[in-house]
Amino acid sequence: MTDATIPAPKPASPRRQGSFDHIVYVLKDNPVTMLAFAMFAVLIFAAVLGPALAPYDPLATDAAIALQPPSAAHWFGTDNLGRDVFSRTIVATRLDLLISVAAVAISFVVGSALGAAAGYWGGWLDVALSRVLDTIMAFPLFVLAMGIVAALGNTIENIVYATAIINVPFYARLVRAEVNIRREAGFALAARLAGNSDIRVLALHIFPNALPPMMVQVSLNLGWAILNAAGLSFIGLGVRPPTAEWGIMVAEGANFIVSGEWWLAIFPGLCLMFAVFTFNLLGDGLRDMVDPRRRT
Amino acid sequence: MRLAQAIPVVLGVVLVSFLLTRALPGDPAAYFAGDAATPESIAATRAKLGLDKSMPEQFLRYCGDLLRGDLGQSLSTGQPVLDELTRRLPASLELTLTALLISCGIAVPLGVLAATRPGSWVDHLCRVLVTAGVSLPTFFTGVVLIYVFYYLTGWAPSPLGRLDFIYIEPPTVTGFLLIDAALDGDGETWAAALRQLILPALTLALFTMAPIARMTRAAMLSALSSDFIRTARAAGLTSRKVLFAYAFRNALLPVVTTLGMVFSFTLGANVLVEKVFAWPGIGSFAVEALVASDYAAVQGFVLCMALLFVALNLVIDMAYSLIDPRIGFDSK
Amino acid sequence: MLSIKDLAVAFRTRRGEVDAVRGVSFDVAEGEVLGIVGESGSGKSVTSYALMRILDAGGRIKAGEATYGGVDLRRASERDMQGIRGREISMIFQNPRAALNPIRKVGRQIEDVLRRHARADRQNGRAEAIRAMEAVRINDAAARYDAYPFELSGGMCQRIVCAIALACDPRLLVMDEPTTGLDITTQKAVMELVTDLIRARAMSAILITHDLGLAAQYCDRLVVMKDGEIVEAGDPGALFSRPAHAYTRKLVDATPRAGASIRSLLPAEVRTPEPPRRITDEALLEVRDLVKTFAGKSGPVHAVRGVSFDVKKGQSVGLVGESGCGKSTTSSMVVRLLDPTSGEIRFEGTDLAQRPAAGFARDPMRSRIQMVFQDATDSLNPRHTSRQTIAEPLRAMAGLRGRAQGQRIEELADLVGLPRTLLDRFPHQLSGGQKARVGIARAIAVNPSFLILDEPTAALDVSIQAIVLNLLADLRARLNMSYLFVSHDLHVVRLLCDHVVVMKGGEIVEQGSAEQVMTAPADPYTAELLSAAPKPPAPRAAA
Repeated sequence: MTDATIPAPKPASPRRQGSFDHIVYVLKDNPVTMLAFAMFAVLIFAAVLGPALAPYDPLATDAAIALQPPSAAHWFGTDNLGRDVFSRTIVATRLDLLISVAAVAISFVVGSALGAAAGYWGGWLDVALSRVLDTIMAFPLFVLAMGIVAALGNTIENIVYATAIINVPFYARLVRAEVNIRREAGFALAARLAGNSDIRVLALHIFPNALPPMMVQVSLNLGWAILNAAGLSFIGLGVRPPTAEWGIMVAEGANFIVSGEWWLAIFPGLCLMFAVFTFNLLGDGLRDMVDPRRRT
Repeated sequence: MRLAQAIPVVLGVVLVSFLLTRALPGDPAAYFAGDAATPESIAATRAKLGLDKSMPEQFLRYCGDLLRGDLGQSLSTGQPVLDELTRRLPASLELTLTALLISCGIAVPLGVLAATRPGSWVDHLCRVLVTAGVSLPTFFTGVVLIYVFYYLTGWAPSPLGRLDFIYIEPPTVTGFLLIDAALDGDGETWAAALRQLILPALTLALFTMAPIARMTRAAMLSALSSDFIRTARAAGLTSRKVLFAYAFRNALLPVVTTLGMVFSFTLGANVLVEKVFAWPGIGSFAVEALVASDYAAVQGFVLCMALLFVALNLVIDMAYSLIDPRIGFDSK
Repeated sequence: MLSIKDLAVAFRTRRGEVDAVRGVSFDVAEGEVLGIVGESGSGKSVTSYALMRILDAGGRIKAGEATYGGVDLRRASERDMQGIRGREISMIFQNPRAALNPIRKVGRQIEDVLRRHARADRQNGRAEAIRAMEAVRINDAAARYDAYPFELSGGMCQRIVCAIALACDPRLLVMDEPTTGLDITTQKAVMELVTDLIRARAMSAILITHDLGLAAQYCDRLVVMKDGEIVEAGDPGALFSRPAHAYTRKLVDATPRAGASIRSLLPAEVRTPEPPRRITDEALLEVRDLVKTFAGKSGPVHAVRGVSFDVKKGQSVGLVGESGCGKSTTSSMVVRLLDPTSGEIRFEGTDLAQRPAAGFARDPMRSRIQMVFQDATDSLNPRHTSRQTIAEPLRAMAGLRGRAQGQRIEELADLVGLPRTLLDRFPHQLSGGQKARVGIARAIAVNPSFLILDEPTAALDVSIQAIVLNLLADLRARLNMSYLFVSHDLHVVRLLCDHVVVMKGGEIVEQGSAEQVMTAPADPYTAELLSAAPKPPAPRAAA
């Protein structure tokens, strides 16, 4: 082949280098964020390897060892059917994360598209969207999710849809506001003067600048979505026994708390807290990282 | 005028709850006719429910039913849904309002203190509470509180309902046990009701404290760094005056706005807390109905919660316009 | 009366302690008005906050003395300071609307101060507050008592701030950029009001400003600050005619004034002759009966009511007026970001008003008309490097890619005097002047023949403004461009423009050659604008 096809060895693009340095800088500067990332890694690890890590079959019952307190053999004890609480808690990570990630992804995409269009073009689209959002927000959101799941049918997919629907207004409103204040910003006007079409201005100039608050929202929302999904299964919606899921495990364990078998409910509850806490910490950490003004 | 603004929202709420009924999986008529239905009884139910009519017609009929207060019959109790809800609503309201009072009473001063003393122990406490608070699943907090205060220490009564069975309920006036017992002059029952109430209210309050404290702190910080605070200080006003008459009133605006969101969370979390503490409110009624696939009851509950929330938001709007003179001028 | 000695102020930041003020000393005598002049970041405002002890959190007085009438301001208790603030020393701030509590009646805010310093009680508070408002010449004060700041104009808000400051008859008034953000005629009214009151009450005052002309006009003595230090002090006449310090000389030179040429704004050492340029009689742009009406909440808003003017090839036209006069709306329509309600915008004979603004980005004419924006910070995408910013128009309109694009970007950087090493920086890593250069490079990237300059120097310090104005003058000659220069400042417009259009209330009140409009204004409004501008004394004749 000719020389022309071989790209000259290029140094790492300065921008990438800058971002990487910036991430390292922020992490060094902020040990809490580093901790959040470590916690996040633990969660991912448990979600990916879940079943392989579990010492017992999470569904295997054994009446002989029912309701045993935590021990060396069963770190988190056993439940009323003799199942290993530790194995069940670990295995549940994947399901809980999947539900919340899927829900948040749907609402992020749908909310961003609707909000950006409404914020940029305004007009009837904006009016219609805000009417719909107002109506969704007029319901206490968890209650609306209950209603949706009850109406659509009691399945895991419907939990995801319900959680996505109640989250859409947050994204749509946030993006709408962020796009709206930047629509007439100097750099957006300048981009139009530079010959960019509206879609390009919106997608390449305005939207990326709305991303920092969005990332924070995504992170906080993931935590909230997990809480929601767990809450729904706590009241018996979505996930059905004997599937291992944190919310349902706390619900089952709650029946034994008054008689002192605390480990049934406490361990899955703590894991749930851990996950939500991780996403909340991560949200605050991301705020620093994606903000270009903090780069030096 | 504010009431007029709420009308489209109420219409939207009714429309959504109507759509939810129509989205029922399978044939709603078969559903409402019950398990032992024959084809004839299903057809009869269909006609009775108006399901053979066109959608707009059905919607009008639905609205008409609502106006007459007809939310349908509960399958599991056999009572009209409206009666069930009105009977249980005071219990839910008593719990929710107590929790909100507790959380505002703690979170707002905490946020103000944290903002005025950044870096102090109050600030750190506030930060821990805020981050931990939003991470706490209410149902889990409830379970832990029961374990600690009922099983371990025995300070709290058994988490079953509003009043221990050894006490006799005071005559119903408002439906709020604390108020009714006080009206009745029955101190013992009052104390018993309070003991039952404390744990669930605390559980809810812990959950709602975080967003309120977070917003109060942020709003106070931004108000304190505004230019007009500098003017007030440069004019020699006392720290107290600057803090309350100038900073705090301005900081209240975003806090009041956040309260709307907090109410939304509270009403949702209410359902979970009622289940944990076997609290006989509309939330636990809805949960039982969900388990029993009692459809009309769930719909009635969703609608009732939404209307309650719309009413609360109306109150918030009015509070907001009391504080902020700029509202209302724009629409003139 | 006030004596400051070796004052040093430091701020805690993420990167450790930063000194904002380093060893500043000055005195203010009884009845004297002292001016503190400096560019942004010179520490002039911080000095005044330090002596009032109202520094923001994180700031502290590191060293030095501040004594007022025998009171040690640095060591006085917070309680004593509260007694001194407002009664002995008070302060007026910039941005008057933000300086007032937005949700408290303005009269109540004045009453708060009166009652704090025991000048009024619950019974006569209202009456006393109204008296204080009348003292700052507020008409119909009794009715205005119940107004909220958002219901009042900027000038009126500044009067309220003055009333708060002067309510308790302080002996020393500190004015921190009191007229920044106000229109030039309002600025004059406020300054005259305050100086009258200061004289009538035999008060002392400190005027902090970036505007050397303003300071010279109203102060008895000036100190010039730079990077937290005083570089020079003296009476205004002497400072202007014989600036001793190089920095003072640079500032004096850069301040636009009657009769100065654009080159004379630059330091003498770097002045080069202005390049020659050719102005033809051929019209490049003809604007005819341009009208823009917006739909407002309370009926239609007539922003522009029938504006007509020409720009000839090679000519620079200034569009001047105060805020709300319709000059920005006009320029937005001409640059085709906004559709006019009616009227023609003929560019080289083609009526561009017929081509909707929405699709103009793809129009071949797009590359011929470009714009330099007012706020360099706001007009650069914070997530794009300078290189990416300048590449935008090259990619979209000239179709340049890869190596050719890179070469052109470097060429443009050289042209606007932006060091090539800065091309890979983000906007927040650039200074105000550098950002302005990036904005200009982007605008001229595709060789437009017509450039609209929307207050391109409004956010810049005067010394940077001088450099940017000269850069624009050079580029216009080199690239054969015509300018439409939108500004509120007649003196700046005159430096760059041949022809001036003066707007008021959406209409043109006067237009003509720059020289004629400046020296013999036909319209009283133009005359008012001219007389309201501060007049700095002329520097040394020799230069």
